[in-house]
Amino acid sequence: MRREAPQKLTDYGPLAFPAIMLIVFFVIPFGTMISVSFFQRLQGGFYTPAFVFSNYERFLSLFFANVLGFSLMLAVLVAICCVAVGVPFTYMLTKLSRRSQIVWMVALLSVLSLSEVIIGFSWSTLFSRTAGITNLLVALGLMDKAIALAPGFPAVLTAMVYQALPYTILVLYPALVRLDPTLTEAARTLGATPIRAFFSVVVPALRTTILATLIMVFIFALGSYLLPQILGRPQHWTLSVLITDQAIYQSNMPFAAAMAVFLVLVTLGLVALTLFAGRKREAVT
Amino acid sequence: MPKFLNSAISRRAVLGGTAAAIGALSMPSILRAQDRSLKVGIYGGYFKDSFDKNIFPDFTAASGIAVESIAEPTGEAWLVQLEQAAKAGVAPADVSMMSQVAMLKGQSTDLWAPIDTSKIKNYDDLLERFVNKYPDGRVAGIGAVAWYITLVTNTDAYPEAPDSWAAFWDPANADKLGLLALVSNSFLLEVTAKTFMGGTNALDSEEGINKAFEKLAEVKPNVRLWYRDEAQFEQALKSGEIPMGQYYHDVTGLAAADGHPVRSTFPKEGGIQDSGCWALSRASDKIEEAHVFIDYMSQPEIQATLSRKVGTAPTLKRNLLDLTDDEFASVSSDIDPIIPRYDLYQTKSDWLNQKWTELIVG
Repeated sequence: MRREAPQKLTDYGPLAFPAIMLIVFFVIPFGTMISVSFFQRLQGGFYTPAFVFSNYERFLSLFFANVLGFSLMLAVLVAICCVAVGVPFTYMLTKLSRRSQIVWMVALLSVLSLSEVIIGFSWSTLFSRTAGITNLLVALGLMDKAIALAPGFPAVLTAMVYQALPYTILVLYPALVRLDPTLTEAARTLGATPIRAFFSVVVPALRTTILATLIMVFIFALGSYLLPQILGRPQHWTLSVLITDQAIYQSNMPFAAAMAVFLVLVTLGLVALTLFAGRKREAVT
Repeated sequence: MPKFLNSAISRRAVLGGTAAAIGALSMPSILRAQDRSLKVGIYGGYFKDSFDKNIFPDFTAASGIAVESIAEPTGEAWLVQLEQAAKAGVAPADVSMMSQVAMLKGQSTDLWAPIDTSKIKNYDDLLERFVNKYPDGRVAGIGAVAWYITLVTNTDAYPEAPDSWAAFWDPANADKLGLLALVSNSFLLEVTAKTFMGGTNALDSEEGINKAFEKLAEVKPNVRLWYRDEAQFEQALKSGEIPMGQYYHDVTGLAAADGHPVRSTFPKEGGIQDSGCWALSRASDKIEEAHVFIDYMSQPEIQATLSRKVGTAPTLKRNLLDLTDDEFASVSSDIDPIIPRYDLYQTKSDWLNQKWTELIVG
């Protein structure tokens, strides 16, 4: 089938629906958020339309810088863990028979049907002293007595990786399935071990996919606000948790909006930087 | 349970409440079509269901006034809706159940129509703290329901009940406490002031508040969980995972009655008492009916029914009520309660919130 470039205005018709959806559900709400972030907060009331920078000024402090830094660090770590687990896993998955691939995919997709609340509460039970996995280790004689693994940073990280891993695999799967098997075969013929072939042939061939996956998981993890609350201590609360506090509990919409705008800007900046760095390296090689 | 009343509700509950309120606004549940009617705003969920079942039908039978109950979202969204509607001369509800902070915010714009106390037969029997007054003495609201937050413990972990809030500061309780995560719903500044600084008046000055924050910082190593979601703490308390903390007196009582190893104690400094008021929107033209309603709700028999059926603490003096000692103890206590300094959450809310967040996160 040959595709022609759109000639008339009506040729753009099929674009209308997605465009309207994008405007109604993204552009307008985001625009509202930006404008609210400049509104004047009325303490003991709500807010009035204005154009002030006080909400951004309040955000520019060491305290919020630390929270923002932690949120970014957590999201980066989740992205790296997901890719580190997801790439080898998906690679091995593509080597399986069609039938077992389907079983694995269905199992992974079913994780996506779980809400963040269920994931959070399940992990908090698994990590608890009274009913958690350490009791199992005690029964096996590997530990002296059961301990609580949550709240804490490892608990938050584990649950967030668990939540993001199915997405990671879904994004990686198509690229890995299409990967030309003759590449690894050639490497093996030339004497590379399977592990060496994986790292020196498969991983470099997938560089763009891996970068895209990292960015996707990073952004996904940055929005998490429930898991850090359920499984972390206050120092593990992300900026999203504080945004929720301001918006829902303090009814300080202008400040919540300013924090959210800032978070989006920093995220976009980091993504742009990553893409830029990736392109530069590609140009060098 | 009164926990629905508190602002410490999950985001989902807020969204759900808002959705419920919108639904209710478009389809009011009219109990009986009659000439006289009154729209009553009440927290959606447990409260609305209980009132619809146990209170409103009897009120309609007694007064001939039909009640349209409207599920209102907790937090301040309802205040904003009432405020904006009143500017347009409309009242989405004539009488609403409002939190104390919302009452103060509404006062600042004269949103509440003054209540004629001569029409409330039991006005003089109300406990003073349940009458919400404008600075000039006009009555803005009358206590609707009240509930307690107390010191709760797991009975397996603590065979002896602690008798003071000071237990939170005991180094022996390291990493064992579950406390509410927000300054405006945990009321721990008030607890600190009452326990160590001679009373909540110590919070009058910024200096006093700073001192309370300093004292409160000593609790941090003992806290395992700062919770926003009640289910999270309740579960951990029952299992003994987090064996001590602050929680709702009535819910803890229900859990104990179900056989869970938990208990609620009124510390000698008093439990924290939070409450909601009935307030009348200035845009309402049902002033007569509203007074009949508030009068009805403030009767000893109705307050006793509320305690028995809904689990709220009575707003009237105890000697007027026919509650048995057990019934009274399940919802309240004679120990002088800690009354939150709601005024601070209106005038200093952002400063307090910032200090608090830095205290527990930092």
